[in-house]
Amino acid sequence: MTQRIHKKLSLAPIPYFWDQTTVEDFYRRTADSPIDIVYLGETVCSKRRALGLSDWISIGQDLTAAGKEVVLSTLSLVEAASELSVMTKICKQNDFGVEANDMSALQLRTSYTKPEFIAGGSLNIYNQRSLDKLKSLGLQRWVVPHEHNQQALHDFDLSGIEVELPVWGRLSLAYSARCFTARTHNRSKDQCGFVCDQYPDGLAMKTQEAKDFLVINGIQTQSGTIQNHLEAINDNAVDILRITPQQNNCFEVIDIFDRVRKQQMGVDEGQQKLAECTIHPISNGYWHRQAGKNWVA
Amino acid sequence: MELVCPAGNLPSLKAAVKAGADAVYMGLQNATNARHFAGLNFTEKQMTQGIEFAQSRGCKVFLAVNTYPYCHDLDIWQQAVDTAAELKVDALILADMGVMDYACEKHPDLNIHLSVQGSATSAAAVNFFAEQFNIKRAVIPRVLSIKQVAHLVNQSKVPIEVFGFGSLCVMVEGRCLLSSYATGLGPNNHGACSPAEFVEWKNTDDHLETRLNGILIDRVDKDDSVGYPVICKGRYKVNDHIGYAIEEPTSLNTLSILAELKTIGVVAVKVEGRQRSPAYVRQVTEVMRAAIDDCLEKPDAYELKDQWNKTLGDLSEGQQTTLGAYYRNWQ
Repeated sequence: MTQRIHKKLSLAPIPYFWDQTTVEDFYRRTADSPIDIVYLGETVCSKRRALGLSDWISIGQDLTAAGKEVVLSTLSLVEAASELSVMTKICKQNDFGVEANDMSALQLRTSYTKPEFIAGGSLNIYNQRSLDKLKSLGLQRWVVPHEHNQQALHDFDLSGIEVELPVWGRLSLAYSARCFTARTHNRSKDQCGFVCDQYPDGLAMKTQEAKDFLVINGIQTQSGTIQNHLEAINDNAVDILRITPQQNNCFEVIDIFDRVRKQQMGVDEGQQKLAECTIHPISNGYWHRQAGKNWVA
Repeated sequence: MELVCPAGNLPSLKAAVKAGADAVYMGLQNATNARHFAGLNFTEKQMTQGIEFAQSRGCKVFLAVNTYPYCHDLDIWQQAVDTAAELKVDALILADMGVMDYACEKHPDLNIHLSVQGSATSAAAVNFFAEQFNIKRAVIPRVLSIKQVAHLVNQSKVPIEVFGFGSLCVMVEGRCLLSSYATGLGPNNHGACSPAEFVEWKNTDDHLETRLNGILIDRVDKDDSVGYPVICKGRYKVNDHIGYAIEEPTSLNTLSILAELKTIGVVAVKVEGRQRSPAYVRQVTEVMRAAIDDCLEKPDAYELKDQWNKTLGDLSEGQQTTLGAYYRNWQ
């Protein structure tokens, strides 16, 4: 296997509905952070229009000027013609990379002359033959889907592509036509009133015993746990460590991963510091071939 | 418009064929299909018998090989494809790109249908599979409104099959990790949602509880009934309110929009339920057959019969039915 020593740090798209000022402040801080690659765009709900494509492009230009690699991410669940038209614009441009988060984006991107793309973690790539097929179509980088354990990843021949592993943040577990945040407020999706802006870190869905279980984020269901894969920081199969934005302590988390990758901090110390960055339980079960919710110390 | 019915075993297959299915779909006895349950599905010998029974009566047979193999499992899925070719099924229902790529290369004459587990929710996505793998039909996830289905049918390069009746997946099929998050095993990697070995039914002093790998999914008063603990149909606490945060126990029922589905050009309507009994399959197939026949004979004067709705309602989860995402306000 190729040795992949110099790990990069990436920042996933913001999964929640933050207002424009919060988003712009967040990326101003990102510009000064040790993040190497920034994924931009609305990937959960096309009704959230605090920022349009031109706003994202403008943020992307600022981040590029700050030395970051910028990638535009596409919507994860595509249903309406209007959504396809925004996606077409993203897939046609070549100023930034494109992260394809469903098969529609793959079709649109591979229809154009320069079809390089990044396969988002919600594309179902479970085996070598699927990966090779996408490589033949222009796959350059692969965000590893959550269900892969460490051995399953090592079973792949990963030559010729970059491998990006989600290492911190809530897991994206499911998408639906229905908006569960609106449902909680007895509203339909068409009359949602953008109520998800009240939940900048998602809305906890606990069991009747009041235990953390899942988190509602519009049409997306996330894990109640925060996935923590700091242990994979020295894994030879991985090139890029992906951090999912959250409202609190995001830049502290980035700093910890940065210091551990530069060996300015040990993994054990990093784990202790990360534990201070969240009040929620952490998980790494999938990586160890267990239930995703589990934590294997 | 074809009626495609579930065959979890030979008796169900025969029930569906006799009740008027245009096609039946089945799976092998392993994790290669999305109903990998103990005691369900077909050995090769049973498949041979089933195919003979159905095809000799003018009913097509589809084999579902619609889960996602990891690298070390790919051989087993490829063998399932070879078996389908050998036994001359009318179509293979596939989800994984690697398996499709193999089927295209090895058996170019075999019809491939894109499984609902392939998660194609737009014409662009369907057309990706049409161009890359020469699929002949796509089954689409239960996430589109009827208007969106019409648009997709219109823009798609291949005919479209939709779900007409049965248990309702609330999440986009092929992209739901709720079960594997809770248990390690889910539809994509194991062919089953909420596998039985993780399910617990427990009587306490005042309550009946269902748990999945220890997680409380629902709790009701002792004398009430509680459904099988699939995560999306459980009751949870959100903002201090306990309720069905995702969806109530209910089944999809499209009887009221069948004529519309026909008009917009849907080529086939699928009934969910390979895990159900032969009696269930027979009753649902009979109702759907009668309704589709009425649609085909007099599309402009199609009338929903109360008796059909009552029969399907009684067979539904929680004795409730819904149009699901087809009806915009459900969303």
